[in-house]
Amino acid sequence: MKSEEIAAQLSEKFGDKVIESKLGVVTPWTVVDPGVILDVCRFVRDDQRFLMDHLELLGGVDFKDRIEVVYIPYSMKHGHRHTIKCRLPRENPRIQTVESVWAVANWHEREAYDMFGIVFEGHSDLRRILCPDDWEGYPLRKDYKFPTRYRDMPV
Amino acid sequence: MTLNMGPQHPSTHGVLRLELQTDGEVVHSARPHIGYLHRCFEKHAENVDYPGVIPFTDRMDYVASMNNNLGYALAVEKLMGIQVNNRVRCIRIIMAELNRIASHLLAAGTYGIDMGSYTPFLHCFRDREKILDLFEETCGARLLYNYNWVGGLMYDIPPGFEKKVIDFLDYFEPLVDDLNRLLSYNYIFIKRTANVGILPPDVAINYGITGPNLRGSGVKFDVRKDEPYLGYEEFDFDVQVGVGEHGPVGSCYDRYIVRIKEVKESCKLVRQAVAKITPGDVQESIPKRVKPPAGEIYMRTECPRGELGYYIVSDGSLKPYRVKVKSPCFTAMSAFHEISRGAMISDVIAIVGSLDIVLGEIDR
Repeated sequence: MKSEEIAAQLSEKFGDKVIESKLGVVTPWTVVDPGVILDVCRFVRDDQRFLMDHLELLGGVDFKDRIEVVYIPYSMKHGHRHTIKCRLPRENPRIQTVESVWAVANWHEREAYDMFGIVFEGHSDLRRILCPDDWEGYPLRKDYKFPTRYRDMPV
Repeated sequence: MTLNMGPQHPSTHGVLRLELQTDGEVVHSARPHIGYLHRCFEKHAENVDYPGVIPFTDRMDYVASMNNNLGYALAVEKLMGIQVNNRVRCIRIIMAELNRIASHLLAAGTYGIDMGSYTPFLHCFRDREKILDLFEETCGARLLYNYNWVGGLMYDIPPGFEKKVIDFLDYFEPLVDDLNRLLSYNYIFIKRTANVGILPPDVAINYGITGPNLRGSGVKFDVRKDEPYLGYEEFDFDVQVGVGEHGPVGSCYDRYIVRIKEVKESCKLVRQAVAKITPGDVQESIPKRVKPPAGEIYMRTECPRGELGYYIVSDGSLKPYRVKVKSPCFTAMSAFHEISRGAMISDVIAIVGSLDIVLGEIDR
């Protein structure tokens, strides 16, 4: 399916929960309301027209006024993909976990939590994954200050 | 009992720590702890200009650096709309496939050591050295190449390089059968791997596993075939999948043997690419300033360990706004507790080795 059709189907199904789409670029995307992300992900995985059973990428981007969570699901059967994004506030970003849809999201969400401080509600094991457990701050945020010491050791 | 395996355990292939809950010899649950090699490549990438990111990509999967460079270069080229000429494409394919052979040789050799057989390792490394010599002659480096630049290549190949590559293939291809006799068809090796670490195809897809690990589970999927880049669609090669010759499909043996079969396919690809090479300037499309328009791109390529994806957000300046790497080893490791449930402790070694992980890429 072409990205235009995917975006149209998403708009038809979720109505005004689909906020914005950008099509006709190298990587077309659709922004949806964070409240419906779990339903959107279930829909694109289970619907026979989509069958996006493989989550290629899940990550955060800090845009200084907001944080975006980016999901790129791909269909092994149909060979199509579409980027789905959610916009969250920088203060206390929270969104539902999608690990029940794609098991691989478990570790990707832990990484996004580690790097951006995005809290995935309902996640089974939300711990830091790359940084030590007692690390302070979220390194990939744009206003991150590099620490000079960690546990009394110079970094 | 709780048992810590690693981070200094020799068969974890790097600094990986596994927390095993065991009952006697049986593993109830395994929890991988990663991050010992975390250098925050993605933060570094936001602070250097686009060409400056390429040496950092080398240091992710340090046994397949050519492929890592290639994925990043292709992503930026696609974002900028740069087309490269045929010579660049052919040289890139030769380098990528030679690096795939070198990487699979390392995987097979170290897997032999894990399973208690030292000789295949020496054979594999002897031949891998010859590939590294070819790379050294081309770009001066043996491991971290910085060779694929945005829009072209660092240097053209030296005179007589094509002949040396063909000579190497003529020498090497019969030796794959030697390796098979030494290791792949070895009775003990088969017994150690063929019924161990079964990964069913639906679980593999759900965990986002790609590359030889996915094909070992019998799923015929290869980015080079299903979403071709660099003109791979013009080349004749087969996608090898695990067929379960000695046990259920998706076992450690299938993941291993897929790599050996892929080495032969890569040899075929290199021969075709050498035949297709045409004269040209490898630096003609390198832009003076790499300044992509504002936008974003997701580009994935088939690396020896699976599909490596680059998600790049550009704000129209000289530095990338965000570079996110989707690492194939990271997703493979996230399924580890699923694969190793109920295995014996000694089989955990077999499973880690068969996934062929590189911790530099998991931790980035």
